[in-house]
Amino acid sequence: MGKRTVIPFGPQHPVLPEPIHLDLVLEDEKVVEAIPQIGYIHRGLEKLVEKRDFKQYTYVAERICGICSFMHGMGYCMAVEGIMEIEVPERGKFLRTIWAEVSRIHSHLLWLGLTADAFGFESLFMHSWRLREEVLDLFEQTTGGRVIFSVCDIGGVRKDIDAEMLNTMVSVLTRMEKELRDLTDVFLNDMSVKHRTVGVGVLSKEKAQETGAVGPMARASGISVDMRTLGYAAYKHLQFEPITAEAGDSYARMEVRIGEVYQAIELIRQCVELIPEGDVITKIKGNPNGEHFIRLEQPRGEVIYYVKANGTSFLDRFRVRTPTFANVPALLETLKDCDLADVPILILTIDPCISCTER
Amino acid sequence: MNFNKKSPWILHYDGSSCNGCDIGVLACLTPLYDVERFGVINTGNPRHADILLLTGSLNAQNIPVVQQIYDQMPEPKVVAAIGICATSGGIFAECYNVVGGVDKVLPVDVYVPGCAARPQAIIDGVVKALSILDEKQNALKGR
Amino acid sequence: MYSMEEQKIIKISPDEILAETVDLKNAGYRLVAISCVNKDGIELSYSFDKDYDFVHLRVNMDYDTEIESVSCFYQYAFLYENEIKELFGVKIKNITVDFNDNLYRISVKTPFNMKEEE
Repeated sequence: MGKRTVIPFGPQHPVLPEPIHLDLVLEDEKVVEAIPQIGYIHRGLEKLVEKRDFKQYTYVAERICGICSFMHGMGYCMAVEGIMEIEVPERGKFLRTIWAEVSRIHSHLLWLGLTADAFGFESLFMHSWRLREEVLDLFEQTTGGRVIFSVCDIGGVRKDIDAEMLNTMVSVLTRMEKELRDLTDVFLNDMSVKHRTVGVGVLSKEKAQETGAVGPMARASGISVDMRTLGYAAYKHLQFEPITAEAGDSYARMEVRIGEVYQAIELIRQCVELIPEGDVITKIKGNPNGEHFIRLEQPRGEVIYYVKANGTSFLDRFRVRTPTFANVPALLETLKDCDLADVPILILTIDPCISCTER
Repeated sequence: MNFNKKSPWILHYDGSSCNGCDIGVLACLTPLYDVERFGVINTGNPRHADILLLTGSLNAQNIPVVQQIYDQMPEPKVVAAIGICATSGGIFAECYNVVGGVDKVLPVDVYVPGCAARPQAIIDGVVKALSILDEKQNALKGR
Repeated sequence: MYSMEEQKIIKISPDEILAETVDLKNAGYRLVAISCVNKDGIELSYSFDKDYDFVHLRVNMDYDTEIESVSCFYQYAFLYENEIKELFGVKIKNITVDFNDNLYRISVKTPFNMKEEE
């Protein structure tokens, strides 16, 4: 047994795009314990509901995080719609689903790139992000924004996508799928990638349950939980199964996310086939009064929105519990007993979004 | 001959941004925008950096971090505030845990607007920062 | 009609929280989130899930009531409870890992506490 050393990790660290601080307690090269310190990005945006009315707040909700911005806006809108009992037109629901799935592709490609960067495979990082730019172009063509779209509104969506553009999306994604195969082949079969991921940071099914893991983190440990099966938006019309893996290591988490990229492309195809004609938004009247919980499946996992309204245009409370917040205990679990050199990869395999976590 | 201008190294720190601008900064380095063709390299070490790109607004907790990073950078150095949050706090300016833009603590040389800032705008900001870096270098020589 | 998830909110009193939580835990539920509203008293919602069955335990109490932590059953509840303690000033006792109001280390004390603003 060696001497115990504490190594501070972060907030500014080459591998971290966002600041988080961990005190790593080491015994020689093994991490014994990791103590998180968060709060570098805490803004307190939940309290902004007192200064922005519930319609304006849609734009604040989108800015909880610049990666899943669309889904944050959508979740907030769905919670308010739940209170006001507004039924979104079918076409609006399908468009939401399409944008949500495109977001998933963009988020997972981003994550694949950052992970490749973390294990030092620079060209893989570049290729993932090159493909991601094509996805962002789809966003820009359909919404006008690259990162923040402001298309989701209470009652539906503010922009329609015409049939021609929908077909273009499908053909772009179909072409991309071929390139993606080349890319993900490397992720899944390359010896050096496997060397860094297989058997690293194993989270057993029991531990995943015990730590309350969600999303790909839980699915990679064999827990088949995917909020999309609840059938919100247009998911009830679509055919899909949650993607799971059994091993629970970093490789399995990568496998699940790669599977979800292809799944998302397939879901978009189904949406484009099934999308009905019609309005995309219903007009809303009055102010919300009541409360509502909403759950969605974000690229990082299950997210909870809670809105409590009092009948005025200002809400009493908006709460969001983001997937990374739920995955932090699982991260601390996987960090126990790992090598110091694997810490960056383990932090990345939960797909951390600190700005979501701290809000 | 001014070498800094030929190959500036940048350091990126996320204040309390929503990730939108951070990913914009990172996207600048990837094949579509590829600032590395201009010799710009993203470094993780403040001691190596010429240009500090800050995204997101400041709060009580990250002010010492930002200050320390800035102090560790060698002269001459330039600070660019990326995105509206780093400029003024933006949509979050009224939040209780937001102090304001980066210029509350550091001397900002370039402001890049946008929510989120587009990679083109960020590159433009870096190019503007280069000429300021040049001026600062010349001033140092003259001293 | 609106076709979203049913909202199952079960009202309980502050001293029932441990008993109710352990029942849900034994039934195989997972703790999804703990939320707090601080307006005209404190309102805590403990959300649980099992096979997509989404249940909330609702506790209403006044500012001075102390509530037991559920982190003895759900270890990971410590993050939620520390957050609520720090941001809302709710009195939660016996949290397994207590950050003592230093989770976010914000510059304002209990910003969501409406009582002090009055």
